[in-house]
Amino acid sequence: MGRYVARRLIQFIPTILGTLFLLHLLSTMTIQIVGDPVRALFGENAPPQEVILQLQAQYGLDNPCLEQTGNPCIGMFFDRLGQYAQGDFGVDFRQQPVMDQFLHRMPITARMATIAIVFETVVGIILGMLAGLRKDKFADNFVRVSTTLLIAFPVFVFGSLALLFFGLKFGLFLRNSDWAPEWLGQMFQIGYNPEYPWLSLFLPGLVLGAFSLAAIARLTRTSLIENLRSDYVRTAKAKGLTTRRTIGIHTLRNSLIPVVTYIGIDVGFLLGGSIVTEAIFNAPGVGLWTFQAIGRNDTTIIIGVVTILSIVFLVANLLVDILYASLDPRIRYE
Amino acid sequence: MSDLSAAQAATAGEPGAAVEGASGSTRSLWGDVRYELSRSPVFWVSGVLVLVILLMAFFPQLFASTSPNSRGACPLQQARVAPTWEHPFGYTSAGCDMWASLVWGTGKSVILAVLVVAGIVIIGVVTGTAAGWFGGFTDTIVSRITDIFFGLPFILGAIVFLAIFPTRNIWTISLVLTIFGWTSMTRVMRGSVIATKQRDFVDAARALGATDLFIIRKHILANSIAPVIVLATIALGSIISAEATLTVLGVGYQRPTVSWGLLVADGQNLALAGFWHLLVYPCAFIVVTVLAFIMLGDVLRDALDPRSR
Repeated sequence: MGRYVARRLIQFIPTILGTLFLLHLLSTMTIQIVGDPVRALFGENAPPQEVILQLQAQYGLDNPCLEQTGNPCIGMFFDRLGQYAQGDFGVDFRQQPVMDQFLHRMPITARMATIAIVFETVVGIILGMLAGLRKDKFADNFVRVSTTLLIAFPVFVFGSLALLFFGLKFGLFLRNSDWAPEWLGQMFQIGYNPEYPWLSLFLPGLVLGAFSLAAIARLTRTSLIENLRSDYVRTAKAKGLTTRRTIGIHTLRNSLIPVVTYIGIDVGFLLGGSIVTEAIFNAPGVGLWTFQAIGRNDTTIIIGVVTILSIVFLVANLLVDILYASLDPRIRYE
Repeated sequence: MSDLSAAQAATAGEPGAAVEGASGSTRSLWGDVRYELSRSPVFWVSGVLVLVILLMAFFPQLFASTSPNSRGACPLQQARVAPTWEHPFGYTSAGCDMWASLVWGTGKSVILAVLVVAGIVIIGVVTGTAAGWFGGFTDTIVSRITDIFFGLPFILGAIVFLAIFPTRNIWTISLVLTIFGWTSMTRVMRGSVIATKQRDFVDAARALGATDLFIIRKHILANSIAPVIVLATIALGSIISAEATLTVLGVGYQRPTVSWGLLVADGQNLALAGFWHLLVYPCAFIVVTVLAFIMLGDVLRDALDPRSR
């Protein structure tokens, strides 16, 4: 176990450096080809040259290698790495440090992602179990059809429709009715309400988790069906163990291992999806901030946020891999 | 248009033809697959849907005679007119016919998805085969590069890249989606090639003195391509979904292009004000299209993978 963790940590270093370098390489090459974002900001009415030079210096875009197409800007990459290590992800076009604003907005996104993960794992595993234990019966067909449908709904379609029908129509009905308690109406809100930091993120959380719910249900179903056919389950049955114990202890625990790995990959999907969901539900988290930065073409925010989120994603995957090894003793590097 | 369809036909036809040629004589996997598919109602439904969608993408004039971008097609006094029995789709927020806009927008999403999938299949098959067949150093390099690309979540990576581009059209968007989309194809092909490599007929071919290139062309590709076909079909759906998401976020297609994502972006706020048709129709088109490709991929997987039967 200890050796596995050490190896996984050592492997993590080249991966994170590689991903950061990829991000750097792609962004510098694009800037080299299509031109400087500072100039693009002003369009036709370019300000005097000194102003542009000063702005470029502020945003860290004054490096001469940005004008040499094809130059990978290695030096600039190491400068950036040094800044990242100190928590400096640049300033946005309004001179605010990206990291400060990120930390300020992170709690909302983290709460929404937590709701999504809890929802998708609990409901997804239950649905997957129902389907896997009753293969080819009604429950199985129902789960298969409904998960296929869920996968076909892009987050923004699901979000817009949920906002229209649940947030607005159903939620308004609840909030205007006499019998419904206050918290129930807040669960189907059309936007974020700071007085209810968790409840008003309920609907966006469900929307965000819907896609992965389908994936988890299918994953649980497949691995449950595969494990139910395995030798150790037959042995357990032959020993005379109760069905509850064979399924609950023997099969389910083994079937959930792929689900744990999926949650690691899912963090990346949730972070991307939060941009869409927060924009639709107007929740002032990292996603909405990024969405607004896209609208203003504020490149430094976009690059900074994506860099931070990629690091979050890689760290989440590292943790999941370590958890994976502690759940499954077969997983060892030799 | 014509070279697009030619490119598509080339990529779709090549692996299929190789497969048929390689496994014709005995009771082949592919004969089995054909039998399995022809009995599946889901295959017929999704197959017909996909054909209609492709027809709509390449020949929109068959379904709606006037393009919403043609002169005088969008009188402003019709803006946001709600659906009626004569006009079940109503008019868009710009006054264009909703049905015509949706039909002419099909190509923007579907042709882009075809381009991207063609790109990722070519990259995935080449790199995956190289990694799986040669192993060792080649495998290490390819796998590490795949890991690095995998470290960048798909939508986030695409956003950064597209946000810096001042002009975004079908070529830039498909370039970016190809750059971030090829990794899973490589992984699948690599795994599949490694499994095929251990089969006896590969040893036999080598014992007879066949070269690497010959074995790859005649045996490996034909026997490893099945999972790639499944993934490519599903990827057509997920690329359409990703493009629409990026467009809604504002880093995809730009006006005056007619595309589904832009129609959704227009409809999003107006739907809350009561113009539900502006949102529901474009969403329905996206969902049905994505669903058709995913169902087709699922059916193909069930037919190609005997274990799941």
